[in-house]
Amino acid sequence: MTQNAEHVLDHFELFRGPEYQQMLANKKALFENPQDPAEVERIREWAKTPEYREKNFAREALTVNPAKACQPLGAVFVAVGFEGTLPFVHGSQGCVAYYRSHLSRHFKEPSSCVSSSMTEDAAVFGGLNNMIDGLANTYNMYKPKMIAVSTTCMAEVIGDDLNAFIKTTKEKGSVPAEYDVPFAHTPAFVGSHVTGYDNALKGILEHFWDGKAGTAPKLERKENGKINFIGGFDGYTVGNIREIKRIFELMGIEYTILADNSDVFDTPTDGEFRMYDGGTTLEDAANAIHAKATISMQQYCTEKTLPFIEGHGHEVAAFNHPVGVSATDEFLMTLSRITGKPIAKALEQERGRLVDAMADSSAHIHGKKFAIYGDPDLCYGLAAFLLELGAEPTHVLSTNGNKAWAEKMEGLFASSPFGKNCHAYPGKDLWHMRSLLFTEPVDFLIGNTYGKYLERDTGTPLIRIGFPVFDRHHHHRYPVWGYQGGMSVLVKILDKIFDEVDKTRTDYSFDIIR
Amino acid sequence: MSRTTNQSVAEIKARNKQLIDEVLKVYPEKTAKRRAKHLNVHEAGKSDCGVKSNLKSIPGVMTIRGCAYAGSKGVVWGPIKDMIHISHGPVGCGQYSWAARRNYYTGTTGIDTFVTMQFTSDFQEKDIVFGGDKKLAKIIDEVQELFPLNHGITIQSECPIGLIGDDIEAVSKVKSTEYDGKTIVPVRCEGFRGVSQSLGHHIANDAVRDWIFDKVNPDAKPAFESTPYDVAIIGDYNIGGDAWSSRILLEEMGLRVIAQWSGDGSLAELEATPKAKLNVLHCYRSMNYISRHMEEKFGIPWCEYNFFGPSKIAESLRKIASFFDDKIKEGAERVIAKYQPLMDAVIAKYRPRLEGKTVMLFVGGLRPRHVIGAYEDLGMEVVGTGYEFGHNDDYQRTAQHYVKDGTLIYDDVTGYEFERFVENIQPDLVGSGIKEKYVFQKMGVPFRQMHSWDYSGPYHGYDGFAIFARDMDMAINSPIWKKTKAPWKDAPRPSLMAAE
Repeated sequence: MTQNAEHVLDHFELFRGPEYQQMLANKKALFENPQDPAEVERIREWAKTPEYREKNFAREALTVNPAKACQPLGAVFVAVGFEGTLPFVHGSQGCVAYYRSHLSRHFKEPSSCVSSSMTEDAAVFGGLNNMIDGLANTYNMYKPKMIAVSTTCMAEVIGDDLNAFIKTTKEKGSVPAEYDVPFAHTPAFVGSHVTGYDNALKGILEHFWDGKAGTAPKLERKENGKINFIGGFDGYTVGNIREIKRIFELMGIEYTILADNSDVFDTPTDGEFRMYDGGTTLEDAANAIHAKATISMQQYCTEKTLPFIEGHGHEVAAFNHPVGVSATDEFLMTLSRITGKPIAKALEQERGRLVDAMADSSAHIHGKKFAIYGDPDLCYGLAAFLLELGAEPTHVLSTNGNKAWAEKMEGLFASSPFGKNCHAYPGKDLWHMRSLLFTEPVDFLIGNTYGKYLERDTGTPLIRIGFPVFDRHHHHRYPVWGYQGGMSVLVKILDKIFDEVDKTRTDYSFDIIR
Repeated sequence: MSRTTNQSVAEIKARNKQLIDEVLKVYPEKTAKRRAKHLNVHEAGKSDCGVKSNLKSIPGVMTIRGCAYAGSKGVVWGPIKDMIHISHGPVGCGQYSWAARRNYYTGTTGIDTFVTMQFTSDFQEKDIVFGGDKKLAKIIDEVQELFPLNHGITIQSECPIGLIGDDIEAVSKVKSTEYDGKTIVPVRCEGFRGVSQSLGHHIANDAVRDWIFDKVNPDAKPAFESTPYDVAIIGDYNIGGDAWSSRILLEEMGLRVIAQWSGDGSLAELEATPKAKLNVLHCYRSMNYISRHMEEKFGIPWCEYNFFGPSKIAESLRKIASFFDDKIKEGAERVIAKYQPLMDAVIAKYRPRLEGKTVMLFVGGLRPRHVIGAYEDLGMEVVGTGYEFGHNDDYQRTAQHYVKDGTLIYDDVTGYEFERFVENIQPDLVGSGIKEKYVFQKMGVPFRQMHSWDYSGPYHGYDGFAIFARDMDMAINSPIWKKTKAPWKDAPRPSLMAAE
């Protein structure tokens, strides 16, 4: 017996002790019908070969370890970004339990969302009654200012019509006729969570701007010179949106952050549970139509929303999760051009500091090879930053990236001498990435928490940037946008590089000064 | 500090009844009527807790429940380590449940074991329109090519499968034949079936019966020689290693564990289970079905046990031993005696720090009752409990063996009710899931996740109890809870924004 009360051993140590190791070895040998160890070893080695890679890349039907989630997750992410808003997902209830868990595990925060809890009878007769009861309950219990409706694939497959349902629900008196219930169809079998972000945000803006589903006059745009800002689906929303607000304020720009969930995903522990906190006010959401321009930080999160806004007379600009010097330059110059406001001196100094830091450290990054995976915009932003550091983003993979994204990535690679041997992999998953890392090894991997399996199997050190990050804490509180955000990405990368070289443990190369 | 301290049982009952009346006021009439049946104050001597259970959740109330897919893929099948479990349908279900349940196992992941991987058919619109059977057939081919050492495949249906009329059974049969009788198990666990995870457990149990037990060749040469002491652990998912810290005790008392269901389990273990002399059942809710089936079909008795806390462990070891001869009975006494000094030391260390502390629980189908004894071993008191997906037989067991007079009972609790109850009762600890964790911590109430052991564990067995005691102490006595209110503010009193 190894357990003791003075120094309690948990799973880290307990199961490595001889008693448990012997027990597990016996279990395996006697009862598990184990594969021949030589055969396991043979297949393990085979799975590292170009031959395996070829078969792996020939997959047409099976997806293994994808780096994407489904639409309603993005819709929930958008909804909680509006003041006092509760997301209501029409369909099976288990989905909502999943979205809430997923978001809570990343942000270490509560995640409030309700479901219409459809079951077999609703599959046969439709979910109208679930919506009638559900909206009434939600409205009475949680007293939201707005309920934003989206759908699970169940409701989509049986063809429930949200517009008609919400109308009927209001007629039945579940919620007042003038109460805001924007909606978006978010089928899980189309696109990914970034598509859901896009659809949900468009649904909310359409609601406020285009006459609340025929129940109010359409708003007429009277330009007021303000700037709308859309962050997109972003695991760093807390740190990033706060950084963006700081930048806008430094430049004296009047702005509206659309779907501002930076507070609801970062509430204080002070004795009070805030189901709602911060967020874009409903008034601001409506008035956003009057803005001069709308800026999206993530093109692929706003493929429908941005043209919709443009259609209302805005100038629009889209970026690809800008990280680093040039991308931030471009973002700020665009802001300056649109608003006529000069780029703040303080920001210029921050720029100089980031360049300073990159110059100080570039020798340690220059020429290093990286693999990156994640959402399409994040991949682009990170790859661009690596290129300006003189590093090579050798494999850039996005499960929810499409052909157009890949072409855009290839364009980026072509723009830099460091992009010469780099390739983009749209629609591929982390099992493809595994083959890439074995057959064309790189020095570092950038990705979300699931990358730890690749790190273990291929020995490629993982730098955690992306969504979700479940197994490291609090990184979402720090920005990756702006020059300051670039600085924190730079430090993250450098820390990992230095930690890796210090694993040498020899007297030589184990330098005290770098 | 709990407000229940120094209150009489009558006062507690009156307060709890009042609390129930209060929360019901928030609902529209129809909903209040339905919810009233799920809330009660336990009366000592009653045969159940006086609540309705296993009924549909009400739309829009923020139920904590999941779905049948979660019960089948997430709970029952997912941990079987040498089979590949395909989340069949859109990408999300498999993504959100990917490796989230901490079912520990040993093996070479991606080569001969696959638990922490996400295999999905990633349905697209065309699969919905034209059906996914052809894609499924191709997926099975690709699995066979790229993961040749897998011992079997299960198909875990997501919502669309049952709605679009796919015939996954036919695909499974054809492919099984094509691959020389390979075990391929179609599971009809679409998320809209039933009212919670619970039906998913049942469907998954039935799939083992129909697609594994019924296909085992009775004349095949057994992989091992039977002994009179062969048992199977049923309903332990090896969360944080729970099944391992249980298995070690059963083996120490002289039994031989021939199968684990399903934590760190394998297809061979499932197939061999009908050879067991006794099935020992931890999670009654999720695996009573297959235990009853094996009793009926193979004449194998089954025995519920509880490995949380030394009192229940000793009781359980003796109960299990009672099915065997004196050698095993002596073995049970020997094991109990061996660990007694450890338990005494753990209790001596932690009980003084936890004595009199109160706990409110809301967990799945077993722990709302099963962990009560462990808390009591530490001098703590469970003042409220409820099941996410328990049935009436769970509430009967709870009433007859676990809860005290006056305990607040809440079935399929809603977010609103749970917050209100905790706010008013002010327990020293809440034990529930990830969705509840941060709600209560924001309110300044210490919390432990009681599904995942909050990334700790194991909690089962004697080794696990030491960890359980440490963790509860760590949660309740963390210095951070004294700092939730700024010193220039008044004394803390949690409140709810949503309800105001």
